[in-house]
Amino acid sequence: MDDQLLDKSVIETGEMVLNMGPQHPSTHGVLRLKIHTDGEIVSKIEPIIGYLHRCFEKHCEKLSYEQIVPFTDRCDYLASMHMDHAYSLSVEKLLDIELPERVEYIRVIISELQRIASHLVAVGTFGLDVGAITPFTWTIRDRERVLDLFEALCGARLLYNYIWPGGVSHDLPPKFLERTLEFLDYFDPQIDELNNLLTTNKIFIERTADVGVLPPEVGINYGVTGPSLRGSGVNFDLRKNEPYSIYSKFDFEVPLGEGLMGTLGDTWDRYYVRVLEMRESAKIIRQAIKQLPAGDVHAALPKKVRPNAGEVYGRYESARGDVGFYIISNGKNIPLRVKMRSPAFCNLSVLSEISEGWMISDVIAILGSLDIVLGEIDR
Amino acid sequence: MTSIFDSLQITFAGLNLDLMILLPAIALIGGTVIFLLMAVNALVAVYFERKVSAFMQDRLGPMEVGILGFKGGKRFWGGIGQTLADAIKLLVKEDILPNDADRVLMILAPFIIFTGAFLTFVGLPFSENLVISDFNIGVFYIVAMSSVGVIGIILAGWSSNNKWSLYGAMRAAAQIISYEIPIGLSLLLVVLVAGSLNFGDIVQWQADNRWFIFHSPFSFLAFFIFFISVVAETNRTPFDIPEAESELVAGWMTEYSGFRWALFFLSEYANMLIVSIVASTVFLGGWLSPLQMFNIFPESWHILDGPALGLFWVFFKAIILIFVMMWFRWTFPRLRVDQLMYLCWKVFIPFGLANLFLISLWELLF
Repeated sequence: MDDQLLDKSVIETGEMVLNMGPQHPSTHGVLRLKIHTDGEIVSKIEPIIGYLHRCFEKHCEKLSYEQIVPFTDRCDYLASMHMDHAYSLSVEKLLDIELPERVEYIRVIISELQRIASHLVAVGTFGLDVGAITPFTWTIRDRERVLDLFEALCGARLLYNYIWPGGVSHDLPPKFLERTLEFLDYFDPQIDELNNLLTTNKIFIERTADVGVLPPEVGINYGVTGPSLRGSGVNFDLRKNEPYSIYSKFDFEVPLGEGLMGTLGDTWDRYYVRVLEMRESAKIIRQAIKQLPAGDVHAALPKKVRPNAGEVYGRYESARGDVGFYIISNGKNIPLRVKMRSPAFCNLSVLSEISEGWMISDVIAILGSLDIVLGEIDR
Repeated sequence: MTSIFDSLQITFAGLNLDLMILLPAIALIGGTVIFLLMAVNALVAVYFERKVSAFMQDRLGPMEVGILGFKGGKRFWGGIGQTLADAIKLLVKEDILPNDADRVLMILAPFIIFTGAFLTFVGLPFSENLVISDFNIGVFYIVAMSSVGVIGIILAGWSSNNKWSLYGAMRAAAQIISYEIPIGLSLLLVVLVAGSLNFGDIVQWQADNRWFIFHSPFSFLAFFIFFISVVAETNRTPFDIPEAESELVAGWMTEYSGFRWALFFLSEYANMLIVSIVASTVFLGGWLSPLQMFNIFPESWHILDGPALGLFWVFFKAIILIFVMMWFRWTFPRLRVDQLMYLCWKVFIPFGLANLFLISLWELLF
């Protein structure tokens, strides 16, 4: 062995293992990728997760149903409202209670605003991943206005603890609806501006079209959901397919990838589906504001949540995909077990499948287009 | 065209000094001028870049740090002392060298890159008669000297003993060496038409005829090939692949900090100035005013030309080109390595060669 090392004529030409993360600008948190590379070409990727593990599911076994809500906030910290909503829906299913109309409408408005905010981060950071810095600052600027709305709503800008089992914590503050409509009027032209700057940029298309193609059947086999799957042209959106809350009352489209710039299911398609979804969310919010009934938001809020023994699985379409909460109750005020299905975890699992043979730069772009949040993957 | 070097020699000739003392003294004066220019250029350009990027991104940029209590206005001149504070911070920063790094090479590399930029300034004309040393092969000298830097980049990337640095260095080597060919090809057009490698002669040719960019369709194309190639040569977006922040952390600069990193920074902005001045001298008439663009006005109209105004026009044109580079940086995404190579070898070089052939025909026919 030593002889071989000292022998200068033997030059090793094997693969190089590149350790990307957990501290790296483009891994969207503390993801570690072990990349086997041959020059710039990637031959194998092993995602290593767990750097942000906070024992969410174990904590749930010691906390009462209401106390779990702030913990769900911290799972997907870019779409906290969705986590609150998903968990609350599951608990309400377990309790089998009927909610006032106004609560449902408020929840839909807030959730869709959250979807816009989350997609803005996804789109902006994706631009950052392929080297465009300005779109990121623009999308963050617009997201800031959504966060301002949320701040007026519940005092928090990131981790809201707003949607509770049985209702919401406060009614809408004064002028909230006017400000929301004002934001939507401001926001629509901003999407066009973003498209002009980034979406239709020649370099951007060169970098993303045909790269990291996710065939529909592979996506389904890996359990990919949300915009990442819809980018491959699979029409699966829980808001349409299994309408929860009051989504069946609204008229909106489910944007699908069409392979406009290249192959169906490429990185560009996944990106563009998110851009289109923001428009659809704005459409839903406008309808919901128009139909918003008066009423009390605290009517169905139970003093003590103590469901009967049993189990329930609630599904919810979050900004990243299909969130599920599986809750087992043994009749006490503390759940026996809470299991969360993380969409970003399944979306990440497909990374090594679709990025083999591409370059390091493409791996960054593909990872960005899957839009993962490590808080939710590690829980 | 006389140079600063010549005029200093004539000025000091009365002192009857030994040449062994006189020449180093003059070189020292010239070197100090260049160093001051590089330092001031970096200070101003970094501030400019931060403000340009800030306004493109709908924010204000640096607003707090002033000079001696002068904080500047509310809007544009805010934070005027920011880059000065940054420079002082970099100079007093702790010096970090990784344990496993090749210490000698790692210390040497920034100086090689700096030397490349520094030496290029020697042949760079700032105005008529305002050049440190006037070569009869000025264009060739600048092309040669600006490629010295790549040796430093490779050494920096290799000696850091970091995989990201290595990737950055290998990408930089491929990129910079490739893009020198289209740069050389487009500069050859000018040399062919003007019949000289001397900057003074080239500008004189433009004064007699017209700005070179408007000479023929081929020279118009050559300008764009040249400009895009120098953006790639200076590693700026959309060609900032060697230091691609979102991919390679900081590329070949990953392990550098403090003063050594400041030298990289100084050289990067110096290179931007160099290529902009070369582009404005060779293609945009150098120290000629825009009135001489097509050379249609009579001699008496040339009131905007002169020694001081010449300096103004060179920098005016260079700053516009620098602004365009910054504009690129804050609007474009980054290309991929293979796309970058494709652009160079399959687009620019064939077009550059065809250009060279066609302009020769053009010169024969017209």
